[in-house]
Amino acid sequence: MSWLIMTFRTSIGKKLMMAVTGLCFLGFLSIHLAGNLTLYWGKARFNAYAESLHSLGPLVTAAEWILLILGLVHVLTGAILFYQNLRARPVSYRVKKRAGGRTLGSATMPYTGLMILGFVLFHLINFHFTDRTDRTIYQIVHSAFHNPWYVGIYVAAMIVVAVHISHGFWSLFQTLGANHPRYMPFVERVGIGVSLIFGAGFGLIPLYLASVP
Amino acid sequence: MTQGTETIDITLKVWRQKGPEDRGRFETIEVKDVETHMSFLEMLDVVNERLTLEGKEPIEFDSDCREGICGMCGAVVNGIPHGPEKAMTLCQLHMRKFEDGDTIVVEPLRARAFKVVKDLIVDRSPLDKIIQAGGYISVNVGGAPDANAIPISQELAEKAMDAAACIGCGACVAACPNASAMLFVSAKVSHLTLLPQGKPEAARRAIGMVRAMDACGFGNCSNERECEAVCPKEIKITNIARLNREFIKAALFSMEK
Repeated sequence: MSWLIMTFRTSIGKKLMMAVTGLCFLGFLSIHLAGNLTLYWGKARFNAYAESLHSLGPLVTAAEWILLILGLVHVLTGAILFYQNLRARPVSYRVKKRAGGRTLGSATMPYTGLMILGFVLFHLINFHFTDRTDRTIYQIVHSAFHNPWYVGIYVAAMIVVAVHISHGFWSLFQTLGANHPRYMPFVERVGIGVSLIFGAGFGLIPLYLASVP
Repeated sequence: MTQGTETIDITLKVWRQKGPEDRGRFETIEVKDVETHMSFLEMLDVVNERLTLEGKEPIEFDSDCREGICGMCGAVVNGIPHGPEKAMTLCQLHMRKFEDGDTIVVEPLRARAFKVVKDLIVDRSPLDKIIQAGGYISVNVGGAPDANAIPISQELAEKAMDAAACIGCGACVAACPNASAMLFVSAKVSHLTLLPQGKPEAARRAIGMVRAMDACGFGNCSNERECEAVCPKEIKITNIARLNREFIKAALFSMEK
């Protein structure tokens, strides 16, 4: 086992953990978005989706634990990387200038990450760890998004998620060693597309529900 | 003054630090009549002559070949290692790239792994430590092998040469927001590992050099691509992807510990 620990303690090992867990979250977001889109078909379809999901029972619990572990790995590794990278340059430059590589997404990764962590906790408290005995999930979501504060926070959070993915997507390919001039421009475009799909896909739902009486 | 020579007046804000333990500070120096045909380092030479005549300590900076191939020079000029020109070392930067009245901020390459020796001179020996951890091939003594005895495709030779163009100047480290040396390490690993002579030690090299890089206190690569943008030899981050592949291969499929 020591070789495994040695491997993941290296800088590339830590980046690999970020890439693999990040990829898993992209998979999770795809499923999550597909489910949420049933909201556009109305109350009955969304509640039916929620019920069929929960009928999976232990599978859902297992998935939740896996997500929690992935989340812990991603957040803790990210925090270590952030701290080490901060330490790697104790004296900063007087003139801070970009040479042309950095993007909004890449420059803000740790900060958007922290914001997403805060949002995920907020989101879980709202919809997951809430009393669901005498309300359907649709009622909970519907009433939440008639509060303009919730709409604002959710839409803002989805913009942050889109910015995070705009760097994370192509970056995970690079970290896994998949960078070739033949397909990297395509991967980068897909990354922008994916971040827009997730940003708009999730972000428009609160706005839509706010307009549904 | 020869015909066609233009001169400009500039203000230098240059980092002065007496030694590794000194805190250091910026010194503002007004420099009049700078010939625009001078290189940046020649300009510093002129400034140093004037400082010496005034009985002041000259600005210490590194340089050697002054033709852009040795990797010895390099400072951060107005926030960019080697200055504003693409694919160029500091010695190849000329004063005609600046305007009359410009203020130019000159700082050393900054990283925890690069200790400031004096003024603009930093100790880049951690890069040598990384090389010692695997940036070589082992060759038996004896007669030199015949040239072209091992067939190598033109494409592969070109790729290896592109990586071998790295002069180890440390600009990638200086430009990286995380002070990571990944572009340097990836260039050295790529240049050797792409070629048949480098294959037998590929796994040991990848693991050894990455560990040495971490031990020297460089940061972690987060794919910011600033290194690629400032590299005077235009080393591409596809080399970093190759280093990642080599490391994964070595960690998962080799006997290296």
